[in-house]
Amino acid sequence: MSAGNGFDPRSASYLDSIEVVEVQRGPDPGGVGGAYRAFGETLRGLKTTMARLIEGPMTIEYPEEKTPVYPRFRGRHKLHKFEDTGLEKCVGCSLCAAACPADCIRVVAAENIPGDRVSAGERYAAVYEINLSRCIFCGYCEIACPFDAITMGHDYEMADYDRRDLIFTKEMLLAEPVERTPLKSEGE
Amino acid sequence: MLSLADTGFAEATWIMVAKSVVIFAVIFGVLPVLTVVERKLIGRFQHRYGPNRVGPYGLLQPLADVGKLVSKESFRPENATKTLFILGPLLPVLAGVLSLAIIPWGNVQDGVGFYGIDVPIGILYFFAVGSIAFYGLLLGGWSSGSKYSLLGAMRSAAQLISYEVSMGLALLGVIMMSGSLSLVDTVQAQGEMWFIVPQFVGFLIFMLAGFAETNRTPFDMPEADAELVQGFMTEYGGMRFGSFLLVEYMEILVVSGIAAAMFLGGWMGPGPSFLDPIWMLAKMIGLVLLFIWVRATLPRLRYDQLMTLGWKVLLPLATLNVLVTAILVVVFS
Repeated sequence: MSAGNGFDPRSASYLDSIEVVEVQRGPDPGGVGGAYRAFGETLRGLKTTMARLIEGPMTIEYPEEKTPVYPRFRGRHKLHKFEDTGLEKCVGCSLCAAACPADCIRVVAAENIPGDRVSAGERYAAVYEINLSRCIFCGYCEIACPFDAITMGHDYEMADYDRRDLIFTKEMLLAEPVERTPLKSEGE
Repeated sequence: MLSLADTGFAEATWIMVAKSVVIFAVIFGVLPVLTVVERKLIGRFQHRYGPNRVGPYGLLQPLADVGKLVSKESFRPENATKTLFILGPLLPVLAGVLSLAIIPWGNVQDGVGFYGIDVPIGILYFFAVGSIAFYGLLLGGWSSGSKYSLLGAMRSAAQLISYEVSMGLALLGVIMMSGSLSLVDTVQAQGEMWFIVPQFVGFLIFMLAGFAETNRTPFDMPEADAELVQGFMTEYGGMRFGSFLLVEYMEILVVSGIAAAMFLGGWMGPGPSFLDPIWMLAKMIGLVLLFIWVRATLPRLRYDQLMTLGWKVLLPLATLNVLVTAILVVVFS
């Protein structure tokens, strides 16, 4: 190192230029002061837990008591009929199946026979199956449907012992579902 | 055989037997209730309900627990030392039952002392028997042939040494004020003022050391479920494990009983004298609730913190307490 660059780590100007950063440390543990502080903090902790005791449990005892869901909650699907004519809204267009990212909807369409109409349109869904073990409950089918024939319900209790029982047929989807799930009230 | 001169009056043998049976029955009736009370209270402290499925309000939970534990296999690891492994859970039960004998439930009424036995050495008996309980822990941990158990047992040993001294010193102040080692005499000396008032520091130190003695949070190092998987009990199953659990609650009751007798006026309370045992039990239960409350609040101490607290804080504080008490006792007498 030549003396020409003027750098000297011991020079006063260099030492002045260093910014001394105070490292924040916690209070020194131990000693009588520490014991006194620990005692105070313990009392504070005891107060905190006692406040929780007074607040009471927040548990929702599930099988007996259910969390209310929001109106737009996406639960199990429902297929709909027209209330006046009793005809199915689904016309078997398979748009829901096309929109489904999990590929869990299977639709086989058939022509309506005049006099024995099943749906309001030209065709109807002869087979309409949703494999609920695959469904991701995204609600795209509901959005894709041009006739609001399929909507997402509020039922989320779909556990079953057999995977085959999770393939829901048209009859099961059309049936009036048991409303087991409470709905959230306004402002809840 | 203890001479009758020591107890001050003669008691028929059948009375002594009946007393033992009653104390035993009451304590073993309270113990299962305590387990469920603890679980329910801890639940409430954490915004939960705690067990509430077995029986009304979950009150039959201990019955179900015991049923489960009894029906389990009493497993013994291959490299465990057989006799010591079996002895491990038995010693603490024995020690716990023995220390129940000196807890005073009331004064002498109609020739019957409301206590198992009024030993003249009172507190020393409690310490002696309490140390035997730790042998069970140590032997159980060491003979299991498992590193977790051994670690838990080692921690127990270190903890016992660190805290028993402060515990004894904390009680020394009370003993100096009452002038007797006997628990019955100590309670009677508190007629005017409970010793918790002049000996508040002593009470705090005793309770802290009591937490350590009973292996309760924040001093549950020997068990340390998270790091040591129950420490010395790791290899135990079935009712042997159950008896370790039982002993934990029994020790809590005993320490609460000693604390109630030494600091909280024992059986003293308003009402006729036949209510004395009820008052004693109420004070004990109150202290047990304090144990549960603290368990719900404090995290486990680190090992070095445990040692620091024991040797650097509690021991000097207890010694100072004893010195100040000694000076005051001499000055005021």
